[in-house]
Order: sequence, then structure tokens, then C-alpha cells
Amino acid sequence: MAERERSHTRPLGGVFVPHAQVLTSADVQRALTRMAHEVAERNGGLDDVVLVGLQTGGVPLAERMAELLQSVEGTAVPVGSLDVAFYRDDIGLRPVLPEAVTDIPGDLAGKVVVLVDDVLFTGRTVRAALNALSDYGRARVVQLAVMVDRGHRELPIRPDYVGKNLPTRRDEMVDVSEDGVSIGTLEKQ
Amino acid sequence: MSDRLLGPHLLSVADLGRDGIGEVLAVAEAFAEVERRTIPKVPTLRGRVVATLFFEESTRTRLSFETAAKRLSADVLSLAVATSSVKKGESLRDTVETIEAMGIDALIVRHSAAGAAHRVAGWVERAHVVNAGDGWHEHPTQALVDCFTVRQVLAERDGVTPSSLGTSCFEGLSVLVVGDIRHSRVARSSILAYAALGARVRLCAPGSLLPPSLEGWPVEVVGDLDAALPEADVVALLRLQAERGSGQFVPSLREYTARFGLTARRAALLGKEAIVTHPGPMVRGVEIGSDVAELPNAVVTRQVQNGVAVRMAVLFLLLGTAPVELVTDEAAGAERG
Repeated sequence: MAERERSHTRPLGGVFVPHAQVLTSADVQRALTRMAHEVAERNGGLDDVVLVGLQTGGVPLAERMAELLQSVEGTAVPVGSLDVAFYRDDIGLRPVLPEAVTDIPGDLAGKVVVLVDDVLFTGRTVRAALNALSDYGRARVVQLAVMVDRGHRELPIRPDYVGKNLPTRRDEMVDVSEDGVSIGTLEKQ
Repeated sequence: MSDRLLGPHLLSVADLGRDGIGEVLAVAEAFAEVERRTIPKVPTLRGRVVATLFFEESTRTRLSFETAAKRLSADVLSLAVATSSVKKGESLRDTVETIEAMGIDALIVRHSAAGAAHRVAGWVERAHVVNAGDGWHEHPTQALVDCFTVRQVLAERDGVTPSSLGTSCFEGLSVLVVGDIRHSRVARSSILAYAALGARVRLCAPGSLLPPSLEGWPVEVVGDLDAALPEADVVALLRLQAERGSGQFVPSLREYTARFGLTARRAALLGKEAIVTHPGPMVRGVEIGSDVAELPNAVVTRQVQNGVAVRMAVLFLLLGTAPVELVTDEAAGAERG
């Protein structure tokens, strides 16, 4: 199956049916701009900052945040991408497939790594990402930026930068795309 | 993913089909990145046990499987047949059942008898079986390595990522398989793989080294190697398998080389872009000229390098991905975690 085709299929099959739009694309852009400022503020500039987007939803957000940081601070921040499939703790419990190739810009030793993802839910993806990152060197600080924090954490993980806190039911699903953020459910085909 | 593309075992390329091959190549690409890291190891198969059971000698396949399993953090056992109870007369079935009783998750089997891996797969209850070569029959992972390597070279030429090519780059590709096809399990698997991906496969070998019947094979046979070389995109060379008695099928090695060897003179007939593959071990001076093996388009070393990533993908797809039936609603909800 082609890589592209796979990334557009929900890993468990079924179709996402949106019920309500929570953020428009303009809202997402504003939230990202605020988060970019917060990243620069919290770290006293952008020295040693590396953005790492989690495949696949976090990668475009990381790229957009880098563009914003460039226009705000005038500094080019390295952007990488990380696929955590090989580090998940539910391998063998459900189908886990790598969605895309990991690309980390250089050694992360001594860097300030900002992980970027679209939705923070159970925290298991972030847990896997932290394990994966340690294979690329010992980062000085690892921070987490998410567009939506929807709650229901199963691990002691919290975000440093949040686009929107969004209370959800466990069986709901949150979709972040270029058109904004929607809440809905996954309907079986 | 709607369902898994790989069955419980990998015994033949025919089990995979075009989508299955595409899946292995896609996942192998992700593992190729793992191999480029400073610490080329991931915890994916922690706690799983992979056993290699080789009844025939091998250097690269066995090392490649064992390296692949170790890079996935699986534990690896290798049964040295020469010092095992097989020597006391234990049957293959009893050996396999003994190994499985120890809680092994995957068995990598090489045997001189065609169909051995199929038999083993019928005996095991929960272990996954990978065919690492059964007699003259098949050697599926080697064929996957060859496809992966060819796609990698094509992608580099186009300046794109191999994943972006999918399997469409094989459509209409002209593949010429040269040499001891009769005794070659690599040839059988490669022909099936290239044909499944839509390539045009031609065979060139002495009549005595062609399989007894080619009925139903998706191939054409060509007699004159010199005439066939210029239009080949990929030349897949095979070793003359002396240990399987190939020597009796040709009048002399010199005559074989003169008619079917890829000598320096013949290599000059190849198109500039033609890729030369060889599954190894090469017998320089017989099926391939020593200087030909060093040409930039001869990708033999690269095939060995890619062997680990492709075998990681196979082990991961067999052991690491669960059948969809096992997915609970809770896991489905946690998907966006």
C-alpha cells in the first residue's frame, strides 16, 4: 500500500464524522502564534531550540511554528519529524505501523527539544516519543506543545504549551487539519 | 489498517502479492532510517524470542536475520545444527516442536529440502515461520531485498524518497535473470516478486539450467545474452550452484562464462542506467567478471546492507502487528493518544 494512501486511512478503519467545529483555521493560526511566542519567551530566545513534530499530525504544525518563529525572532529553527511506532507500548495489542520516516536534524545532545503534536490524549504517544528521543542524544530540556489537550491522561505527562484545552468524552475523537479543529466520532464503515 | 497484509508466516513471495510487497518495502524504509542512527536499535520486539534454524550453511542470511532481530531488541537463539540433537537422529518435526515448546515467537528456517518451511509452519502452534531458503524452491526475503535495493537506486536517480515511488516504479521495468535458474531459490522468489510488481521478466540460461517446466511462469526465455542485455533495466545474476551439482549441467565453467557470464565485454553492452544485482556469494570470474562486480551500477554490497532493514520489516510485520480482531474498543479510543 502506498505511503500516502495509508496516512489518509484511520489506523483502525472507519470514518471520522465531525459533530462540531471547535477552532477555525484562523483560530489555529492565532493559537500557534501565541505558542511560538511562549516558546521564545520560556527559553529566553531560540538558542539550541529544535522543533520535533510527531508523525503525522504534529509535523505540519511544527513546520508552521518554525515559520512563525522565523518571522517573530528572525531565527531559523531546525525542524525534525519523529515516528514513534517502534516505541509504542501497545505493540501486539493493536496494529501499529510506521506512518512515515523519522528525520531528526543532527545530534540532540544539549538541545532544547520542543515536541509538537496535534492532540494530547492518553499521553502514550508522548511517552513513546520520549523513549525515542533518548536514542538521539541527551537533550538538555524536552518540552511539549500540543494544539489540543483533550484530557484522559493515563500517564504522568503534561504539556508546556497548549493551543486549546478541550474537555471531551473518551469515545469522541478530535481532528486537527488545515481547516481547523473539529470534534466528532469514528464511525465504523 | 483494515487487515494485515502478511499472514502468520512468510513462506513464499506468492503469499504477499503486490500490496504485501509494497507494505514490506514501506516499513523497511522506516527501518533503514533506524539503521542510520548512532544507536541503531529500537525496543519494538522486546521480550520476543527469534530462533534461527539453519540446516544449510549460510553467512549473510543468518547474520542478517540475527542482526535484524537484535536491532528490534528481540532475543536471538541460533541452533547450530551440526552440534545439536539433529546429529543424534532427531527428526525435523521433533526439533521444531522442542524449540516451540521453549516459547519461541519466530523460527527462521533454512533447509535443503523444498517445502521444509511449509511443513514447519504446519507443525507450529503459535510461532511465526520465515522461510530463509528451502532447497531449490524459494528465498522470499532475498527477493524483497532485491526489490528494495532496485527501488532505492531508482529513487536516488530521480532525487526523490523511495517511499514516494510506491511500487509503481516496477511497472514495465525490464528485468533479466541470468544464470542457474534451475537450482536457484532466489530466482524463483525474485521472478514472482518482480512479476507481481508489474515488471517484465526475462530469463537467460543454458537449457540445462532452466527449470524442467516453465508453464505458467510469468516470464519469457531469451537465448542470446548479448542481444538481451542492452534493453535490460535490471540484470539479476545468479550463482552457479556447485553444491547442488550445477557443474554437471554445463560442459565446463569456461564455456559457461563465455556464453552466460557478465564479463567486462558484456557489461559494456549494458545501458548506462542498468542495475546489476547478485544475491551473493559471488563466484568472481564465473558468473560475474571481477571488475564488473566493482562497477558503480553493481549493487551487491548495498543488497547486503539493505538485508537487515528488510528483514527487520518482515519480523516486525509478522511479530509486531496484531490481527485486527484483537483490537478492543478501548484501544480504538486510545488511538489518538
